[in-house]
Amino acid sequence: MNLMSIFSQWIIEQGPAFLIVLPLLMGAVTAVIPNKGMAWWITFFVTIICTYTAFSLFQHVYFDSFLLYTMGGWNPPHGISLIVDGLSAPILLLISVMAVLTVIYALPASISEIEPKKRAPFYAAFLICFAGLMGMVITGDAFNVFVFLEVSSISTYALVAMGAARDRRSLAAAYNYLIMGSIGATFFVIGLGFLFMETGTLNMAEMSDILSELDGGSRVSKVGYGFIIVGLGLKIAMFPLHTWLPRAYAYAPTKITIFLASTATKAAIYLLLRFTFTVFDPSFDYIAIMLKYLIMGVAIVGMAFASFQAIFQSDVRRVLAYSSVAQVGYILLGIGIATSSGLAAGYLHLLNHAVIKGCLFISVGAFWYRFGITRVNDFSGLFKTMPLTMGAFTLGGLSLIGVPFTAGFVSKVKLILAAAEQDMWWAVLVIVFSSVLAIVYIGRIILFAYFGTPPKINGSILVKNEAPLMMLFPMWTLGLMSIAIGVNAFGIGDSFVSASEIAASVLLGERG
Amino acid sequence: MHDPHVILKVISKFLVPFIALFAFYVQFHGDFGPGGGFQAGVILAAAVILYALIFGLDAAKKAFPPSWIRIGMSLGVLLYGGTGVLTWILGGDFLSYGVLAHDPTHGQHYGIIAVELGVLCSVTTVMIAIFYAFGSRQPEVNEDNW
Repeated sequence: MNLMSIFSQWIIEQGPAFLIVLPLLMGAVTAVIPNKGMAWWITFFVTIICTYTAFSLFQHVYFDSFLLYTMGGWNPPHGISLIVDGLSAPILLLISVMAVLTVIYALPASISEIEPKKRAPFYAAFLICFAGLMGMVITGDAFNVFVFLEVSSISTYALVAMGAARDRRSLAAAYNYLIMGSIGATFFVIGLGFLFMETGTLNMAEMSDILSELDGGSRVSKVGYGFIIVGLGLKIAMFPLHTWLPRAYAYAPTKITIFLASTATKAAIYLLLRFTFTVFDPSFDYIAIMLKYLIMGVAIVGMAFASFQAIFQSDVRRVLAYSSVAQVGYILLGIGIATSSGLAAGYLHLLNHAVIKGCLFISVGAFWYRFGITRVNDFSGLFKTMPLTMGAFTLGGLSLIGVPFTAGFVSKVKLILAAAEQDMWWAVLVIVFSSVLAIVYIGRIILFAYFGTPPKINGSILVKNEAPLMMLFPMWTLGLMSIAIGVNAFGIGDSFVSASEIAASVLLGERG
Repeated sequence: MHDPHVILKVISKFLVPFIALFAFYVQFHGDFGPGGGFQAGVILAAAVILYALIFGLDAAKKAFPPSWIRIGMSLGVLLYGGTGVLTWILGGDFLSYGVLAHDPTHGQHYGIIAVELGVLCSVTTVMIAIFYAFGSRQPEVNEDNW
């Protein structure tokens, strides 16, 4: 008991560094241990401990104040600082929870997806990717963001390429992602270079002070912001820069698709928020113009265009990937509105979308695990062969469309209200139009699954072939979670909403 | 049959130990002057690469087995991170070297040396890994093989 209280105290004090160090070091350990079975257990326990830590930090941030951790005792601006505040804490918790669920799913999935020889390196790369994402979100030093961005991206390229055991196309997808991602990271670091030239510091808080003293700075900082937007836009899969995403999601190992879809783009969106609203300030005229015309513009076009493309895809994983691009549009629309209600709606949609897409990709992954195919036509009769999997898929699908009593409904209504507040009725129209398109592309799959006939194997109709429990558990956790957010069961919905409101107030500088 | 590269072989055999020695000079010079783990690691890897260029990849793989690479890479990270974990156990912040000895200045010295050794380990093995990966590539299929 006493030891436990010392530990929880220590977690609050050292937690920010612990969240990065634990997965990073355990990734190194996992890469060398000879026992293959151990790798999964290590990964599992690391993600569990990280979730506990992230939850403690989250609680501390909510009931107390933000946390500032200085690496090696060197105070900012000279040292590297780690910051956990109302903006980063929910994302940290989201990433670690999704990591736990992905790891649970990964145990049965890797038996069919990854060669035995490559399983330990797979988990090592997964842990390093996890550490990189945590680092990106938690750090308060602009250059450190780039370092962690690369740590997570490079391990992601390797993870995507591991899909080659089942589908050789994943190699081309990984290479494409590598080129695009490297260009993105380069643009980002060029932007940081310009910012460093203008302000002479890399600490985000100090950068922000100097920029507001200079009232936005000279053309150098404008150019720097432009580069940062393009660089992050590639990582976010912002509409015209999204071309790497459908292929990477469709051909990666299914568990990596789940993890990427629900965390990697979200962490990049977090960085966009962090740079636009806390390092820069929306009161600078060029940021306001950027938000109003660029971010909102690509959001609107992306929502309509990507949803439209999703309808014509024949592979379910590509349908969901294009739908992810469209959902990024919703989030960016909320960011572009830039009022406290708009930001809160965008942030809430970010959290909800991670839950929804996680659920959908896990159910598609379970189907793929059983049958090895994911075309829309193959879903024929799936309600009879895999009722539980299809049930979770339906929950996720309804939530994606935004049917009442689901998570998608809550955030879409908030987004529509935020747009209506600003008299942007055209934005409301696009949100509704894009949701109608979602009905088409999700409905198409569900219709096939419900009314189609199950496939025949050796002349007899396949009766039942349910996914293993290890897959059903994370799938239904996320599916029920999205319902819980929608109907506010156990106060989960309210806590998501208040988390997004607090994040919005941090962004607008109303809360430290 | 005499070897056409006899001069190269004799000279590089003579040079390899000095390159390695210079790497360690740069390594231990690193905490109070220019140098450090990264530069030392590259120089040390250069010694192995020179050996491979002159005596062939197979001889180099006998001298520095590829199985060491993964261990070396991880060991480096673990040395670096382990120093941080040690400072945690001793009650300090992560990588606050001051707690490593009674005198904080000495602690800083020990900490830097341990961390730089980790960097040396990782950089050397990663450089050699890249060289081995490119060096052991099979030649692409040419027209006649179709």
